Amino acid sequence: MKSMEAARLTEGAELKRFMDGLLQRSTAEQTEVMVTEWDSALTRFANNGIHQNVAERNAQVRVRVVKDGRTGVASVNQMDERAANDVLRRAIEIAALQPKAEVVPMPGPAPSREADAWSSATADATPEERAEFVATICNRAEKAGLKAFGAFSTSAGQLAIGNSLGVFHQHRGTQATVNSVVMGDAGSGYADRGAIDVAQLNKDELAEEVIEKAKRNQNAQPIEPGVYEVVLEEYAVAEMLEFMSYIGFSALAAQEERSFMRHGERITGDAVSIWDDGLDPSGLPAPFDFEGVPKQRVDLIKNGVASGLVYDMQTATREGRASTGHGLPAPNTDGPFAVNLFMQPGATPKAELASEIKRGIWVTRFWYVRIVQPKASIITGMTREGTFLIEDGRITRPVKDLRFTQSMLEALEGTLAISRGTKLQIGEFIGASRVPALRLKAFTFTS
Amino acid sequence: MKDIAEAALNAAQVKGAGYADVRVDERVQQDLVVKNGQLAAVSDDASQGFGVRVLVDGAWGFAGSDRLEKAEVEEVVARAVRIARASARVRSKPVDLGPPVTSRGTYRTPVERDPFTVSLSEKVDVLMRADQAMGSVKDVRTREGSMEFIRQRKLFASTEGAWTEQDLYESGAGIEATATSPDDVQSRSYPNSFGRHQGSGGFEFITALELDKHGERIGEEAVALLTAVQCPSGIKTLILDASQVGLQIHESCGHPTELDRVFGMEAAYAGTSFMTPEKLNHLRYGSPKVTITADALTPTGLGTFGWDDEGIPAQRSHLVKEGLFVGYLTSRETASVLGQQSNGTMRADGWNRIPLIRMTNVSLEPGDTSLEQMIADTKDGVYMETNRSWSIDDRRLNFQFGTQLAYEIVAGKRGRMLKNATYAGITPEFWNSCDAVAGRSEWKVWGLANCGKGQPPQVAHVAHGAAPARFQNVKVGILK
Repeated sequence: MKSMEAARLTEGAELKRFMDGLLQRSTAEQTEVMVTEWDSALTRFANNGIHQNVAERNAQVRVRVVKDGRTGVASVNQMDERAANDVLRRAIEIAALQPKAEVVPMPGPAPSREADAWSSATADATPEERAEFVATICNRAEKAGLKAFGAFSTSAGQLAIGNSLGVFHQHRGTQATVNSVVMGDAGSGYADRGAIDVAQLNKDELAEEVIEKAKRNQNAQPIEPGVYEVVLEEYAVAEMLEFMSYIGFSALAAQEERSFMRHGERITGDAVSIWDDGLDPSGLPAPFDFEGVPKQRVDLIKNGVASGLVYDMQTATREGRASTGHGLPAPNTDGPFAVNLFMQPGATPKAELASEIKRGIWVTRFWYVRIVQPKASIITGMTREGTFLIEDGRITRPVKDLRFTQSMLEALEGTLAISRGTKLQIGEFIGASRVPALRLKAFTFTS
Repeated sequence: MKDIAEAALNAAQVKGAGYADVRVDERVQQDLVVKNGQLAAVSDDASQGFGVRVLVDGAWGFAGSDRLEKAEVEEVVARAVRIARASARVRSKPVDLGPPVTSRGTYRTPVERDPFTVSLSEKVDVLMRADQAMGSVKDVRTREGSMEFIRQRKLFASTEGAWTEQDLYESGAGIEATATSPDDVQSRSYPNSFGRHQGSGGFEFITALELDKHGERIGEEAVALLTAVQCPSGIKTLILDASQVGLQIHESCGHPTELDRVFGMEAAYAGTSFMTPEKLNHLRYGSPKVTITADALTPTGLGTFGWDDEGIPAQRSHLVKEGLFVGYLTSRETASVLGQQSNGTMRADGWNRIPLIRMTNVSLEPGDTSLEQMIADTKDGVYMETNRSWSIDDRRLNFQFGTQLAYEIVAGKRGRMLKNATYAGITPEFWNSCDAVAGRSEWKVWGLANCGKGQPPQVAHVAHGAAPARFQNVKVGILK
């Protein structure tokens, strides 16, 4: 396979030839080929020095076949003809061996819009550039008498999907992400950034934020658990949205009666609007899903009202409607997934979100969030690296991290203010959210 | 495999690495899901590649590739060396690996029935019978069963002369029944939650689970939970089933004894640890009933192997002995900081990842009582079974766990079924309140195949031997 120079991804025409050849050789009634390929690097630092520094190149060729009402899926991480024949043979063998079952239909061809998600600066990033970025954070932390920890990654990847009904889509993208924890003897701070273009990551601005947060968060004292008014920074809001997506926004969760979404009913405060849009360039755009369906914008909660769900081919077929382009790779029993989330910003500058709070808690981010009761949208987790007491409209002192157990819908019901600005939070595994910071009337801290 | 390994080590030395190791890895995995009486998914995944780890100027570099070609070896080694040189610009102290490791040999997981020779129809039949058993219960809304089989062939070689070849097998399965009402959803699963119970071994591991014999029971329990009483709040005596004890060990002892966490190497992601070196041999971690070991020789454990991914032989060591904190899970690099030698816990999630300190089989040693006796000796308590949710802070102190099923215990007898049960605590306080652990006959090795750690993220398969245990004065049930 011929590679592009820096990121070592297969050239587009070469990739299409490989996939077309595989589709042509298939003896199944329907065949789908999905190729994912990536070249990524990550520089990790601790105690003001680099301690892990890695790079990888990998690919996956995933084949789904349908034959006589039976489906088989197989994958391999080699992209040569022998591997292609082998993975096709295995998929067909699996299909032949199993009983007839519900077949997830493959989509027909439909145009998808271009989504520019590529940065040559990111694809070409070198270990020396990553080291220099990290050195800036470490040096500034050291000068402040603090220790820096974190990870800086740059990656380039491509996804191509084709099927025997004539679908062919290809998309390339890059990501650069950096996260950092800075610690003093008695507390720590956190900051992260993510972008398609590594040049947009400002190391000085990041260092400033995380060091300042760490300095302010020394010698935190415990505070009595209870119900507090809160300001959630974007880090915490994004995590909450991702959990809402995970347990509530999928059509499968609704079909299986697990979702908290009640279509047409008001489920949060009026100011809350959340949608999924895989084509918005201010997110992490990807024009089609893992079944080859072009992505549609879906309003999930509009002015507080549950207004939509995301669908894949299986859930859409069950309801006799079209997929919204939110399918995951086959075989998928987890249902569709909204991975390009947006939350409507408000009019309040972030710095003023606390100004009308008599007594409350400022939360930088959440940690180890888990679902307690899905239908009631109750989650639990801890605050981490920057939890502060708000008194009479201003942050007065750091407090020890707290455990919360809270219904997300009830929290959003009490939305009092939303920040004017938003921040892009790139997910750990897939997708990204663009969210504002929030002021919420009541949040339950349990220990 | 051999050619790739030799070429990589040679190239690394030529390019100036002071130390290098290479892992060449082939992995095949088969997954099956039966959902609501239909075979919903079968997949067969294969991955192979190699990863080269080098030390240059006392700093680490690593690169891996899926292209098993000689020319690619040169390129990958050059990339790893260049990365290591960049690391050296911003390193704190040079890495010291301690004494050289020269392990040589082969290891194969004991397997009675190779799962990759068992027909698909036999596997599907096992899941279908369990599905029918769950389906026999009216009002079960969703039924799901799954199986997973993994075979990994792994070659490790280093410039110090280590050369080990391993052939590792895993098999796992599980079933889950879910019942719903307009305002509630309740699930019960067997043998454990979150997909499967998994172990090192062959298809005999699946057969021994007898999934079909438990389908009806979990279906009935899921439906009954919809109308069960909410778990009350209060300070109570808590009895945990063995699987939940396993997860408690994982989160509150396994992770905080990882020495890389202790040294801040995971601080920006998974966090650090309250079990810092000055507490070693001083911290009263638990009551005298609490002895916890890390043992990579435990039969059927997911943390059972011949050598770790630094070539250290599988071994057994104590983390907590009769309540006293006495040891860490270590690597060559971290052990040398404490003047120790590695106890062999470095494992990577495939050829494309560096090894990290991971739990092997971290187990609570069995005690001398029984679940029945523990219940009989309890006046006012709650029995909880099968994990539903888990959360713990970044130093591994403040935890809250929820379980699928619970029963009140009143005057030595099991009472009403309770739903949405949770308990919370602080790690050393909790383990110091342990006053009973069931004996060997109720002790079982629980496989946990979803342990996340590291950046880029890695998933490890680990295990925990555990028996039911009792804890006093525990905060139970925080929900209204």
